[in-house]
Amino acid sequence: MSTTVDIGMWGVPLAILGGAIRVSTPFLFVSLGEVLTERSGRINLGLEGTLVFGAMAGYAAAYESSSPWIGVLGAALAGTLFGLLHGWICKFPRVNDIAIGIALMLLGMGLAFFFGKPYIQPVAPDLPSIPLGAWSDIPQVQAALNVNALFLIGIVIALLMTWMFRSSRLGLIIRVAGDSTDAARAMGLKPDRIRLLSTAAGGALAGIAGAYLSLYYPGSWNEGISSGQGLMAVALVIFARWNPLYCFWAALLFGGAGALGPALQSVGITQGYYLFYAAPYVLTLGVLIATSSRNQTLAGAPGALSITR
Amino acid sequence: MTMPAPYQVSRFGLIDTSPTGTLAALARRSEGLAIPLAALLAGLLLFGLFLLMLGKSPVEYYALVYKAGFGTAFSWQNTLSRAAPLLLTALCVALPARLGLVVIGGEGAIVLGGVAAGAVAMLIPGGGTGFILMMAMFAMLTGALWIGLVGLMRFYRGVNETIASLLMAYIGIALMNHLVEGPLRDPNSLNKPSTLPLTPEQRIGDLPGMDVHWGLAFGIVACVVAWILIERTRWGFAARIAGGNVRAAQIQGLPVGWLIVGFTALGGAFAGLAGMIEVAAVHGSANASLAAGYGYTGILVAFLARHNPLAIIPVAILLGGFEAANGLVQRRMDLPDATVLVMQGMVFIVILMSETLYGRCKLFTPEKWRAT
Amino acid sequence: MKTPKQTSRRSFLKTSAGVAGMLAFGGLLPQTARASKLSVGFIYVGPKDDYGYNQSHAEGAAAVKQMPGVSVVEEENVPETVDVQKTMESMINFDGVNLLFPTSFGYFNPHILELAPKYPDLRFEHCGGLWSADKHPSNVGSYFGYIGMGQYLNGVVAGHTSKSKKIGFVAAKPIPQVLLNINSFLLGARSVDPNITCQVIFTGEWSLAVKEAEATNALVDQGVDVVTCHVDGPKVVMETAAGRGAYVCGYHANQSPLAPDKYLTGAEWNWAKVYTDMVKTVQSGGQIDNFVRGGLAEGFIKMSPLGPAVTDTARNQFAATQSEILKGGYAVIKGPMKDNKGKVIAGSGQSFAETDVALESMNYLVEGVIGSTS
Repeated sequence: MSTTVDIGMWGVPLAILGGAIRVSTPFLFVSLGEVLTERSGRINLGLEGTLVFGAMAGYAAAYESSSPWIGVLGAALAGTLFGLLHGWICKFPRVNDIAIGIALMLLGMGLAFFFGKPYIQPVAPDLPSIPLGAWSDIPQVQAALNVNALFLIGIVIALLMTWMFRSSRLGLIIRVAGDSTDAARAMGLKPDRIRLLSTAAGGALAGIAGAYLSLYYPGSWNEGISSGQGLMAVALVIFARWNPLYCFWAALLFGGAGALGPALQSVGITQGYYLFYAAPYVLTLGVLIATSSRNQTLAGAPGALSITR
Repeated sequence: MTMPAPYQVSRFGLIDTSPTGTLAALARRSEGLAIPLAALLAGLLLFGLFLLMLGKSPVEYYALVYKAGFGTAFSWQNTLSRAAPLLLTALCVALPARLGLVVIGGEGAIVLGGVAAGAVAMLIPGGGTGFILMMAMFAMLTGALWIGLVGLMRFYRGVNETIASLLMAYIGIALMNHLVEGPLRDPNSLNKPSTLPLTPEQRIGDLPGMDVHWGLAFGIVACVVAWILIERTRWGFAARIAGGNVRAAQIQGLPVGWLIVGFTALGGAFAGLAGMIEVAAVHGSANASLAAGYGYTGILVAFLARHNPLAIIPVAILLGGFEAANGLVQRRMDLPDATVLVMQGMVFIVILMSETLYGRCKLFTPEKWRAT
Repeated sequence: MKTPKQTSRRSFLKTSAGVAGMLAFGGLLPQTARASKLSVGFIYVGPKDDYGYNQSHAEGAAAVKQMPGVSVVEEENVPETVDVQKTMESMINFDGVNLLFPTSFGYFNPHILELAPKYPDLRFEHCGGLWSADKHPSNVGSYFGYIGMGQYLNGVVAGHTSKSKKIGFVAAKPIPQVLLNINSFLLGARSVDPNITCQVIFTGEWSLAVKEAEATNALVDQGVDVVTCHVDGPKVVMETAAGRGAYVCGYHANQSPLAPDKYLTGAEWNWAKVYTDMVKTVQSGGQIDNFVRGGLAEGFIKMSPLGPAVTDTARNQFAATQSEILKGGYAVIKGPMKDNKGKVIAGSGQSFAETDVALESMNYLVEGVIGSTS
């Protein structure tokens, strides 16, 4: 270990930067997945379960194959299956997508804990990180800028999705399905199939988010690996106004604010840490109140979504 | 189209088979019971298959679930104790749902309701029924404020209630931790920071002749009250209209804002009451054990009950029974503790899927009887 | 820890026969067949393979399972709510347990205290609770180990290893048990070099993976180069700290497989010894003391084997200190000593031996610890 430099109070902004990068990735992936699903007109509240199952499946696959990337693939595959299940069930008339999501959350967590017991003890290979901070002489800066490839892939997906919704035919099709079932049918589209595939893709992204947790940061599988990141990320989609780029900023904000609590304690600001730990939630709520308005029903909300009706 | 004769010979014999007759009414009524029951059975079968695939005996499993959940007097007490808090927390979801609002943050109202009860017991001397009612009132007020705030934000700022309530739940839990480990901490609560222990006169005991605390009775009464409110009062009626279409409700001059704030606040009050019962009947002081996830389980109960307060009662008992049995299953069949989650997940997915059958089964839809 | 299927099936047949008999008597009578076969129940608050607190107890339960004439039932992930009361009663009613080990601290008050008077023939042994004769039922016992001594030894090795003279502690909550561990860790290091400081970060929860990782990162960012912790499952802290290049000292169980090069030593529980002793006492018709405490000497705790990074001078002082502690009555807190707010906690000549009950209500961090108790 190269000896660290005394950075004093600079530790706080650095921790926020590092935390934003380290902690945000699962939020980013889950919320991007949910944006895709919700833009097609369905809500999958169960991505927390998908994330936890993805964390287990990814860890197990990485351990069995000795390759973390196969783990990521396995997690994505598992997530796809959960997405397909949700999409298939919700095509039946009068089935409530939110309720199914909650039940799937239970099932996903249950299956993950059920089959995950033998994988708590073994150590699986971690995903490698890219040293984007190599230019700096300060080890703390290097550590903060140790970026995982999934974080970068997440940014690319966010950009691609933005482009897709804005100017591609596929994006248009998904948006039409999301805005009005009848309009989509009138155009000769099959809204149920579009939603099925969108939910499946959303599930895959949530599965990858889980693999990030178990294979990179914090980098191990146990039953407490997720502290509700999946649920929170689904909620962040509303905060991000169904915009993939905003999802990225929301995830960064959330990750960075989450690093505030430990960082402040590490520089000696030690009282009332529970309140500092609540910072991400307070901050999000504050932004939400400031940016919402009474007369305008959520800009950007897909019209066919049961939550906005 | 000819007018149907009220009586005619059908395969049911010479009885009233018109869509308005007694048999028809009976058929319509039984639909709401038969479909969920059939779905429950199907879900249990599905989970049985899962067990078979793992080489475990479904027969043994269900025998254990029956025995430990519903088979003995103790089993029932175990089941009902676990169901009690869910009755109240499910209402925190079901009441706002009447207005089309999805509130998922009841957990925050529980923990803060519990803290309020602990604080009252700490700051105001006294005991007895009157005191307990006052403690309940403060807890309900706290819960009402917390979730009512969500309604307020929804109405005045258009803030989405789902995300707001979730955020408020996390903030509420942080606040609870801060209070019980800081300003409200009893210095003698060494390794488990808590508020001052309630005196015996401030605590709620068990129901007469049972090993289940009074919270169960509170919960059932609350469900009945909520059902009457929704089904038998004009506020409930107005809420249903507003839930169907806000614009239409506003045009009719209904006080949509009041309804939103009122229903969310009432739901929060019930969750706050659940927190007070946890403190006064179970823990004896307010501490971090209040955040036990009842608020989140309540979401599931409410959705399964289709937001009908009366249906919440059997659903909560069923869930309580499953959880009561989980320990025995773990010990006897060498199955992990997560087994109950898998079972609940599978069973509930099937039950929720069965919603699609309503109005489709000919047996329950008198309008379709004539077609053949 | 895993039961072979055959054993469990056999024990199932036996217990189900017992249950059938019990049901005939109304199902609520506690089993009276204490002499013939002892049935022991273990309850854990988290998963029993968490590399930490619950695993240490489950390893103890596994040792009891090996004993003749004993059957063991276990349940994991039981929350500190009405659930644990019903779990205990379920074990009593359906498995006829006569000896219960509800292992989480939060199970004591009110849950065990609620149940014990209802089942006077049963024995409830609780880990960590402060049993006192005038307040609590006589069929309840409490046991705990002086694991602060283990953290003191961790500190000795950490003091020799640290180059930055800053060591770190990831803690769950500022409660006496945790505060004693933090203070002991620093004082062990200060026995090597009195200029060492210890930075503590409280996560606020017993098990919260991401926050534990963030806390560890924040410590290393501040120049900390040896880290230990007191959370339920130290796995995340160990892996994160070692990944950042810091050395680690374990807690609860042996975590050296997680970071073989960076693991210095660790303070481990040795519940196997405690539990088998207690079960033997009951089997021979004896009575377990209501208040059981023990440290290194009594075999309640043990140290992980020293890792490859530990220098010879460190090894020597470790061994010397350990043999001092093994003599008994060792005092970590001894005057003159101040807390980190400048208040005197021990005058000169005053000392608190490991057995001193005053340590169990500790509410301060000693001078040199950077952190706050509230």
